[in-house]
Amino acid sequence: MTPDTDTIVDTATDTSASPRLAVAKTYKLYIGGKFPRTESGRYYKLFTGGADSGEVLANVCLGSRKDFRNAVVAARAAQPGWASAPAFLKSQILYRVAEMLEGRSSQFAAELVSMGLEPDAARQEVTAAIDRLVYFAGWADKYQQVFSAVNPVASSHFNFSVLEPTGVVAIVAPETSPLAGLVSVLAPAILGGNTVVVLASHRNPLSAITLAEVLHTSDVPAGVVNLITGDKPELLPHAASHMDVNAVVYADDDPKPLVALREAAAENLKRIAVRKNTDWVSASAADPYAILDTQEVKTTWHPIGT
Amino acid sequence: MTTSPTLNFDTDWSYAPAPETAAVDIADHYGLFIDGHFVDAKSGATFDTINPATEKELATVAEAADADVDAAVNAARSAYEKTWSKLPAADRGKYLFRIARLLQERAREFAVIESMDGGKPIRESRDVDVPLAAAHFFYYAGWADKLGYAFPGKDTPRPLGVCGQVIPWNFPLLMAAWKLAPALACGNTVVLKPAETTPLTALKLAELIRDAELPAGVVNILPGAGATGSAIVNHPGVDKVAFTGSTAVGKAIARSLASTDKKFTLELGGKAANLVFADAAIDQAVEGIVNGIFFNQGHVCCAGSRLLVEESIHDELIAKLQDRMQTLIVGDPLDKNTDIGAINSKPQLEKIEHYLKLGSDEGAEKWQPDSSLPDQGYFCKPTLFLHCAQSSSVVRDEIFGPVLAVQTFRTFDEAMTKANNTPYGLSGGVWTDKGAKVFKATAKVRAGVVWANTFNKFDPSSPFGGYKESGVGREGGLHGLKEYCALN
Repeated sequence: MTPDTDTIVDTATDTSASPRLAVAKTYKLYIGGKFPRTESGRYYKLFTGGADSGEVLANVCLGSRKDFRNAVVAARAAQPGWASAPAFLKSQILYRVAEMLEGRSSQFAAELVSMGLEPDAARQEVTAAIDRLVYFAGWADKYQQVFSAVNPVASSHFNFSVLEPTGVVAIVAPETSPLAGLVSVLAPAILGGNTVVVLASHRNPLSAITLAEVLHTSDVPAGVVNLITGDKPELLPHAASHMDVNAVVYADDDPKPLVALREAAAENLKRIAVRKNTDWVSASAADPYAILDTQEVKTTWHPIGT
Repeated sequence: MTTSPTLNFDTDWSYAPAPETAAVDIADHYGLFIDGHFVDAKSGATFDTINPATEKELATVAEAADADVDAAVNAARSAYEKTWSKLPAADRGKYLFRIARLLQERAREFAVIESMDGGKPIRESRDVDVPLAAAHFFYYAGWADKLGYAFPGKDTPRPLGVCGQVIPWNFPLLMAAWKLAPALACGNTVVLKPAETTPLTALKLAELIRDAELPAGVVNILPGAGATGSAIVNHPGVDKVAFTGSTAVGKAIARSLASTDKKFTLELGGKAANLVFADAAIDQAVEGIVNGIFFNQGHVCCAGSRLLVEESIHDELIAKLQDRMQTLIVGDPLDKNTDIGAINSKPQLEKIEHYLKLGSDEGAEKWQPDSSLPDQGYFCKPTLFLHCAQSSSVVRDEIFGPVLAVQTFRTFDEAMTKANNTPYGLSGGVWTDKGAKVFKATAKVRAGVVWANTFNKFDPSSPFGGYKESGVGREGGLHGLKEYCALN
């Protein structure tokens, strides 16, 4: 069922010369560094080529409110440690993710094709995702220098403003750019010390889960990235109203849920960043100002003198 | 443990009155400032603004309603399209420099009116509010033709259009300056509503803006209460909303803007922890605690309203703090000896008194100095609540008065956990003589402004604003510009 296994025939060991029976992958959630099934036991069928019926590509977890809440607990627990990791280390880890993705690029491309992308588009998605990660890896130890300030106050104080992560961020991933789009919203949030819960693309969820495998083997600490597949209209209200979520990055093309999202988010003044109508493969989606969407400015006053 | 004999300043030590004598010109009536003219409200509605120290009326003021808001937004739109956004950036800056200079020239007059209308001590309005307001205009004036340098990698940003701004009663003139200066520098036009208890300095500022010959309609000032503010915020012709006030109203604004694409900044409530470690300079910390909570009668969103003191120095610190509080003079805002002026309004005094009772009812130990209060006007003694539980209302809620809740801690981690155990995140204070601990602690406090070995300092170049439920966005400094610009 999974794209890169069903065509592989190992004739050296297969004495009968009949095709080897493929081993299908079970796609699960990614929470706190583990790959659990949804606690709800629910799933939805994904059909090969993005079709509405036909050959079943995967039974994808239909994540629940409880899954989301578990993911927020994991994200909150991981946040202080990740925030205090050196910028250089965050930079190296993001670069490591790019390296691992490069090594598995043909798997990602095949997986995208299995979900219905054209081969060219699939390859572009993968290379853009890799390059985007390298781009943002380089920002991890530079954005602070570019966007901070030493403020020339009139009184005798040393006064400076730096950026600190907003905290736990829910990311509503782009629906149609399941890898490059996801990486373009994920990287700026985590490189700034936030931990995230991603609501993956409903139509194209497999790349997100496979990306989680890459993150898991690239020294991204457990809980920094958590990933839920499922029904966005069901999950989004839970993300919007969860009182321990500090920000929502909304990168779905559908603007309709925004009003309800903003209304619910007002209850604890979550920061809302909307990334819309973006060509996620193009370089225009690589903007360091996206880092600022999930950063807070802290100003510190320190007296000068005795 | 008491470190010195009980102090009693109510005997031969009492100060002779030292009233500020500058004469000021307050008219009997003020209109709305729309399109460069003072006009009455279309409905004819007015309200009185009173001196909270005497409970006497200072003036009647026109109260804006929907039709007036409509006229003001239209004037602002027209000014935006026809003049202000077309003006060379350097000229926008020069208008702002003019305003700053005129404000400096008339500083004493503004200070006295600010103290009369709002109740704050003249020393504060003279030395803090008015100079800082002028400095704000001066700072942002210089940015007007340098915006291309503000955002690395981006072109010179575009203005947003018409800004609707709603400001509070605790720093009436200063908040007007915080709102107007960056908005105008970036090329926006403004409809601003001062608070209903303190409209006078904003209206005097309107006169000054007219004297500065700012093009008509660039700044419109509409006094009124909540309904007026709501009409401005929700007017479809407004592109950007800036609000300073309570967290409850801020959330309501965020909800009401949910179906729009208006940008907004919110500066909301706070419940700042002022952390005193055992290795702090204690006498200096006492001054900082007093300044943190009793400055401006505690009507400060970033007030240090929670004192977290390391257990080993609790008794010594509290004794010194109580001695210091015995010397605080509560009285006539226009007297230069006054430390704590009048509570801004009767409803606010009632709210504070509600918490004074609630704190005791919930088990905290209330302490007040022996000082006397004037017979007339709205006044409140500076108050400590000792031995507070984390769950106590005086620890949880923003009181917005001269009331300090005291708790203790034993370890650094306990201090940080308690400091951050609040939905607010506007400010914090850290007192220690160890430099390394300063940077560790200031980094751990989840708040937008953190003062180390000082408190309640402000500067136009210094960004201000909250984490969590204390607000969205920053005002002041380079970071305050971004809120009034569109980046390409």
